[in-house]
Amino acid sequence: MTDTLPGAAIPNPLDEAAITAAVEDAIAAISAASSLEELKAVRLTHTGEKSPLSLANRVIGGLAKEHKAAAGKLMGSSRGRVNKALAARTEVLEAENDARILVEETVDVTSAPRRRRAGARHPLSTLQDRVSDIFVGMGWEIAEGPEVESEWFNFDALNFKPDHPAREMQDTFFVEPPEAHLLMRTHTSPVQVRSMLEREVPIYVLCPGKVFRTDELDATHTPVFHQFEGLAIDKNLSMADLRGTLEHFARQMFGDEASIRLRPNYFPFTEPSAELDIWHPGAKGGPRWIEWGGCGMVNPNVLRAAGIDPDIYSGFAFGMGIERTLMFRNEVGDMRDMIEGDVRFSEHFGMEI
Amino acid sequence: MRIPLSWLREFAQVPADATAEDVMADLVKVGFEEEAVHRPTDELTGPVVVGQVLSLVKEPQTNGKTINWCQVRVVPEGQEQTLTGKGIDPSGVQGIICGAHNFVEGDKVVVTLPGAVLPGNFQISARKTYGHLSAGMIASVRELGIGDDHDGILVLSRIGLDPEIGTDAMELLGLYDQAAEINVTPDRGYAFSIRGVAREYAHATGTTFVDPASKVVAPATLQGGYGVKLNDDAPIYGKAGCDRFVARTVRGVDASRPTPPWMSARLRLAGVRSISLPVDISNYVMLELGQPNHCYDLDKLAGDIVVRRAVAGEKITTLDEKERTLDVEDLLITDDSGAIGIAGVMGGAHTEVSDSTTNILVEAAHFDEVSIARSRRRHKLPSEASKRFERGVDWHVAHVAAQRVVDLLVELAGGTADEAGTDVGTAPDAVTIDLPAEFASARIGIDFTDEQITTSLEDLGAVVEKTSTGYRVTAPSWRNDLETKEDLSEEIARLVGYDNIPATLPVAPPGRGLSRSQQQKRRVVQALADAGLTEVLSYPFVSKAANDTFGVPAEGGARPALKLANPISEEHGFLRTSILPGLIEVARRNHSRGFRDLALYEVGSVFLPGEKLGTDSIPPLGVKPADEVLDALYDGVPHQPLHIAAVMTGHDSPAAATHTPRAWDWADALDVARLMADVLGVELVVSQGSHQAFHPGRAAQLALRNGDVVGYAGELHPKLLAAHDMPARSVAVEVNVEVLFEAAADVIVAKHISGYPVATQDVALVVPQDVPADQVLAALREGAGVLLEDVSLFDVYVGPGIEDGKKSLAFGLRFRADDRTLTADEASEARAAAVAVATERFGAVQR
Repeated sequence: MTDTLPGAAIPNPLDEAAITAAVEDAIAAISAASSLEELKAVRLTHTGEKSPLSLANRVIGGLAKEHKAAAGKLMGSSRGRVNKALAARTEVLEAENDARILVEETVDVTSAPRRRRAGARHPLSTLQDRVSDIFVGMGWEIAEGPEVESEWFNFDALNFKPDHPAREMQDTFFVEPPEAHLLMRTHTSPVQVRSMLEREVPIYVLCPGKVFRTDELDATHTPVFHQFEGLAIDKNLSMADLRGTLEHFARQMFGDEASIRLRPNYFPFTEPSAELDIWHPGAKGGPRWIEWGGCGMVNPNVLRAAGIDPDIYSGFAFGMGIERTLMFRNEVGDMRDMIEGDVRFSEHFGMEI
Repeated sequence: MRIPLSWLREFAQVPADATAEDVMADLVKVGFEEEAVHRPTDELTGPVVVGQVLSLVKEPQTNGKTINWCQVRVVPEGQEQTLTGKGIDPSGVQGIICGAHNFVEGDKVVVTLPGAVLPGNFQISARKTYGHLSAGMIASVRELGIGDDHDGILVLSRIGLDPEIGTDAMELLGLYDQAAEINVTPDRGYAFSIRGVAREYAHATGTTFVDPASKVVAPATLQGGYGVKLNDDAPIYGKAGCDRFVARTVRGVDASRPTPPWMSARLRLAGVRSISLPVDISNYVMLELGQPNHCYDLDKLAGDIVVRRAVAGEKITTLDEKERTLDVEDLLITDDSGAIGIAGVMGGAHTEVSDSTTNILVEAAHFDEVSIARSRRRHKLPSEASKRFERGVDWHVAHVAAQRVVDLLVELAGGTADEAGTDVGTAPDAVTIDLPAEFASARIGIDFTDEQITTSLEDLGAVVEKTSTGYRVTAPSWRNDLETKEDLSEEIARLVGYDNIPATLPVAPPGRGLSRSQQQKRRVVQALADAGLTEVLSYPFVSKAANDTFGVPAEGGARPALKLANPISEEHGFLRTSILPGLIEVARRNHSRGFRDLALYEVGSVFLPGEKLGTDSIPPLGVKPADEVLDALYDGVPHQPLHIAAVMTGHDSPAAATHTPRAWDWADALDVARLMADVLGVELVVSQGSHQAFHPGRAAQLALRNGDVVGYAGELHPKLLAAHDMPARSVAVEVNVEVLFEAAADVIVAKHISGYPVATQDVALVVPQDVPADQVLAALREGAGVLLEDVSLFDVYVGPGIEDGKKSLAFGLRFRADDRTLTADEASEARAAAVAVATERFGAVQR
């Protein structure tokens, strides 16, 4: 390559060899340019006003008329070749430049900080929602009631006789003064009574909520826990309907393999009464029966307390502990983990259950 | 209830190889939950045999003790030792060191031979001690796990035994027996007896049952016995406290005789301690027949027995040597000396039988359930007797049980029974129930056959009579829980088997989904988690001080709160009026566990008692109360609104190499409140608040547009944080979301979206320091008129260029018209109008 310096001899636009040499020089310089900055310098040198090709071009004006056409043609094609080479090289170098910048901007994506903390729901609350959704999907509604309750709603309306030992099975927190007959509900069943008083039959409701018993906190007991209870009041309901409902629910919660078993038991508010076991196919340590809750056909005295004629309507009810469900469904080993409020417990579950 | 299997076998067909587990697996089918297994051989294994002490040499030791070097024959003389093993002497005589001194040569004792294992995994082997090879141990009752006595070894003659040498002592002492412990539900008093459980076992297994009561030969009538009067002048619910009293007398007993091992073994397995022969017999009969009974020392009784209510101030010293003041409702057994027993609960100390008792009066009575339950509760005296009486005892078994006690006293204590006896009282009417033919099938969902219904009920002991519409059923006298046709349908289902109930899925009528407030609650709870807060739970039990600090005082004093009558801890004896005390405690716990950056929230009820608190009385069961009674019940239940509270401390995110986290501050607490309001579409009005739990200058009161206060947010009071071991600058918010739910609009009306360009204008206003920014903003909004789309505060400046006591607030205003592009002049005009209102209201000066 020969650098053609400004002020060098002006090639003759009719001298094809000289012009071609200048073009070759320019193309060689363009190819050699390794950056956009270098290419800019090359362009100035070889296509600038003082470049041999520009100077030669300017000479054409002063040529004899008969030479003008030939010179113009030669110069036109020569400058065209140089410009084309320039454009091609520019494109290459620009692409290279873009790629280089992106490479230089590389970060270590694994070092990304957590700018937003991840929140979490308490699994007892998520599970409560999930259970509710299953029943809402079946056309049931969700009923709620107060946690401090009148003794009548918690016991008498549910057919607990005033002096019967059954009343003491549920270790009750009483509110002072005792003459006011207020207590902390020992089960969500008072909501059943309220539902029957406040709604029109037929009634299909699920009552989830907090309940209270005077148990000291340990690995399997807590004085504050959660239940969900279902109540259906309609014409011609039987224990077979109770079993069908529980089986459907169990399969929603534990998969199609799940099934239930009923064992005779006693509750003042149901007759017949049953203990409910679930066949848990995914239980830790292998599939097995697990005690899940209680259920039965609503005792006619309970219907009467709510003004529903037991000769026309019958009903069934069932109740399970949410903590207990969480313990065997999600393998929570210690009740205390659920109630101490350690953030690790909730955060492990996140928004799911 | 604990059921020794040997006892059960007397009356039910229990297979010889059945274990306690097998029996429980059968009983659970008819409704008795399994509780535990009691099996001595789980802890004690042989060889344990009867031995006779041939010689006993006392050898004083240097440590001051004297030990006995004994030769003990464990195989009858002339026979060979058939046991083999290390330390077992083929001669049949073992050399054993024994430290006890309550026996002599010739005594028969229990020898645990090498290879035996005693309770506590105590392995017996031959070992060198005190210069001899001691090959076994002479056992005490405690070492055998059959008693507490450790004063000496068990000398068999003292418990009335003289077995052959070499006899298996475990067999002799009933240690191969085992007991199944089941849970008996409170409706089934009859199952607190071998009699009741044997019947249930027969139901569960479809086998036959022999009624223990039928094995006792008792005279149908009794006359001329000890004088007894039933004098209840204050029956409860009109029911006589005592409706039957059987008294029998046995004379010339030796009360000091030992209880035979078969009886003490069964009592022990049943969980009843052996006390003395007469008391053991009494307990044995109670366990077998379910009839509590009592033995009095006849010679200590004075005059006729009278069953009556206590008089005010009357006292008794009960068997446990405690003096108790009686209530006028207590039913008593009395004689001329006064009270000699709280009926059905506990006997008196004065007439108790002792070793020197020779003449015994046996009581077997029937008492009213409610009366017994109340006395038991009143005196906190849960006894085996009261447990049965308050659940119901068979009226018709009393004379049988008395006879059984008499028979055993005669047989084991050597007395003679008087032929004369007492039996006063009136039998209650039998309960008859009409069961319509199809009722049980409809209720259970099984098509029961006539035979299934009849057989099931007859198996229970009921008498079944066919009627034109179904069945007339006379309930057995021991089943006081059978009162209605529903009760009978349970019995039929139970005996046929719950497993036979089919499954059908009833279809509920079309539902309405979650209620509006349920949906609102879900959205708020989820939004907070989405915003990075962690939901936790805390207990609602708090101290009075916590309520006084966190509850916003009602006018004129401390906040009223509900107090628990029986809290788990007195310190936390009140119900919360705010979620924050519990939530701060949870935050503190997490902080102490090393979690410095926390954002916690809890959703829950608080308890706000109003003027009405409960009701003086409660209506009876089984009847719908009158409307005004129901209204009173509803009104008496305290207000319990749903609150959501949050506590934040530390930073908003974890620190990282390329990230500097931001410390939570008072404004974040406000933001949480605003988030809740935004989710619900409710406008919150924020003003400078005053709340003793919060920093006096950094607390916001949160209210609705109508002025209703819904909560507080801001920085917690530094002193409170210090007192709770919480980091400084921790912030909190608590909102009554129930009020927010109600304030949310039912239908949100759409706003026109203008496509014309926006015109923005900024303005800086200098106002006095104490003017709330929010109010200046409201003034600008008001003054700017309809063209204003939005206004926001983007800077607060105090410093050079601003007069002391003043601050500069910079606002950005966005103007837009619905129908045209605004000119710069129009926007400036609107801005000037906005500033004018701020100036008029707060003397705001434009910078």
